[in-house]
Amino acid sequence: MTPPSAEAATLGAAPAIERRPPSFALGPIAWLRANLFSSWLSTAVTLLLAYFLVSWTLSFLNWAVVNAIWDVPGTGQQVDTSACRAARGEGACWALIGEKYRFILFGLYPFDEQWRPALVVVIFVALYVISAMRRFWRKELALIWLAALTAIGVLMWGGVFGLPYVEQERWGGLVITLILATFGIAFAFPLSILVALGRRQTSMPAVKALCVVYIELIRGVPLISLLFMASVMFPLFLPEGMNIDKLLRAQIAIILFAAAYLAEVVRGGLQAIPKGQYEAADALGLTYWQKTGLIILPQALKISIPPLVNTFIGMFKDTSLVLIIGIYDLLNTAKTSIIEPAWQGFGVEAYLFVAAIYFVFCFAMSKYSQDLERELDKGRRR
Amino acid sequence: MHTAMRAGALALAIALPAAEAVAQQSPTLDAIRARGQVVCGVTTGVAGFSNPDSQGVWRGLDADGCRTVAAAIFGDANRVRFVPTTSQNRFPALQSGEVDLLYRNTTWTLGREAFLGFQFAGINFYDGQAFMVKRALGVTSAKQLDGATVCVQPGTTTELNLADFFRTNRMSFRPVVIESLEEIRAAFISGRCDVYTSDASALASFRFTQGPNAEQYVMLPEIISKEPLGPVVRKGDQRFFDIVRWSLFAQIAAEELGVTSANVDQMLTSQVPDIQRLLGVTGGIGQMMGLDNRWAYNIIKQVGNFGEMWERNITPMGVPRGINALWTQGGLMYAPPIR
Repeated sequence: MTPPSAEAATLGAAPAIERRPPSFALGPIAWLRANLFSSWLSTAVTLLLAYFLVSWTLSFLNWAVVNAIWDVPGTGQQVDTSACRAARGEGACWALIGEKYRFILFGLYPFDEQWRPALVVVIFVALYVISAMRRFWRKELALIWLAALTAIGVLMWGGVFGLPYVEQERWGGLVITLILATFGIAFAFPLSILVALGRRQTSMPAVKALCVVYIELIRGVPLISLLFMASVMFPLFLPEGMNIDKLLRAQIAIILFAAAYLAEVVRGGLQAIPKGQYEAADALGLTYWQKTGLIILPQALKISIPPLVNTFIGMFKDTSLVLIIGIYDLLNTAKTSIIEPAWQGFGVEAYLFVAAIYFVFCFAMSKYSQDLERELDKGRRR
Repeated sequence: MHTAMRAGALALAIALPAAEAVAQQSPTLDAIRARGQVVCGVTTGVAGFSNPDSQGVWRGLDADGCRTVAAAIFGDANRVRFVPTTSQNRFPALQSGEVDLLYRNTTWTLGREAFLGFQFAGINFYDGQAFMVKRALGVTSAKQLDGATVCVQPGTTTELNLADFFRTNRMSFRPVVIESLEEIRAAFISGRCDVYTSDASALASFRFTQGPNAEQYVMLPEIISKEPLGPVVRKGDQRFFDIVRWSLFAQIAAEELGVTSANVDQMLTSQVPDIQRLLGVTGGIGQMMGLDNRWAYNIIKQVGNFGEMWERNITPMGVPRGINALWTQGGLMYAPPIR
């Protein structure tokens, strides 16, 4: 084998000297020229946007960092927020977060016991991380979940192992948001698969009708009205003195609501599977459940990952609607933290704080789903 | 005639113990005792009335009201379970028995007693709707507000009262309806509306939080609605109703008699008959309600009298005592005799 240059030499032509292309045709400068300054119009737009970007970033940094008030004298009832009031509009009052972060994160949970919900948040996050790794996708994962959920229950309620009992009304903040979202997804997802399968049962009209009615009824009303039903109407039907926990009622409403939406997403995935797959599975002599579990669902769920995660993220944020029935989720504790006269008027700071928390969770979900999609799609890439 | 009288006497003899038994019976009180806690419905956060502080402890006039009931029943003001309720689910929560009582700055109206089956046990705050303007506007009376732009929160009686007031006085106005408290106040400060209308207590508190800028705002003298706020219980449980009602009266009476949480122990040896009866030294008042005779002592010792409760919760908001002063000081707070 002879290298091409040797070949060219034998042909008598001078060897081409490798020259770098001109600097304006390659690298970042070329990219800028091609994308941002290709014509006078795009140059003008670029400059204008750059101006706004820089000036907004600077003024935000000024507000959020340079002029911000990080600490105020006093605490609790004796706090003196006049420094914050003086800086109003020019500087953020992060002292609010310093004073209230424990209330925002853990709500009304007894102050001295707040290490318990803090630990619960850590357990939840660990649970998410472990469940996200494919090498843990085994039967033992169910046991890990069971153990973690038991630990969460013990920590939150207490009443055993010398932990004082804490009634559910006092739970709040991030923990409530995570509980509602995690259990909501954990129960709604399997339910939605069953409902989606049920809706495609042409041989069982009663089951199909039931599934259709369920989906259409639930999807036909707003989540708020379901929460109202659970919180306001439902207790009136129970005999006096009998009460089902308010949080549980809200949780069930959220599960039912999410399952109806997820069922349609899953059904979309089921419909995308070619008929041949069903027929091939039948030809192999698989039973209905074998066919569904081994052939159809793995493919259907894989292609519905983007809309599924879309619904999950939506649901995570929808849990904040429980504030209308008086449950202190993360958003509601933030709202409540700025009610005290001393802290009135610092809503932006409180809302930015919880927005950052929501963003971390939602962005992690979205990022993970992208990775998972890529990972599961390896077989189809050519 | 004779037989009729005999039958009447017989009926009376049967009815008397029965009536007594009815008076003693209190499913709510039984449930509270069995549970060891008073379950009290409060707001999800209204400054000065019921609002959790940085440590998650409920503060405010209403929250302290809940504590008085627990102090009267158990002798321990901390045996309260606070249930935050919204204005939408507060009444169903009371109706269904999810809470024993509501101390949730709720306005006493006929409809709520006659139609919803509730009973208001008293008034712990006399509020009313008022108007606030910027001093620079030079307005001194609400009657001069013809054509004004008014900031108001939607869906409350506030909005209806506003419309009624302007219609009655044949004036026109342009409403700016904003749901969030933060935004409505920002809109008023920035000048999007000339007038901000809400309950007088809320307006006073708004003005107070403006710090050095408070001088720019004035409240107009007209109070256009009556908003008597107080505790609510279910109808049909008179014993529990009595306890809630008289726990509040005991605090008002204590203020009038000069009994405070600081001096209540010395007052036990007071020779004033009213104080002796209040603190359970004589009279056996507590037993009449099925409580310990020291019920009022416990309330005053642990929660304080009405004035102390006010100082602690409402004064920091900058709301003057006004008509909420004792009747002896020109206000409306008046407790019937405790005897």
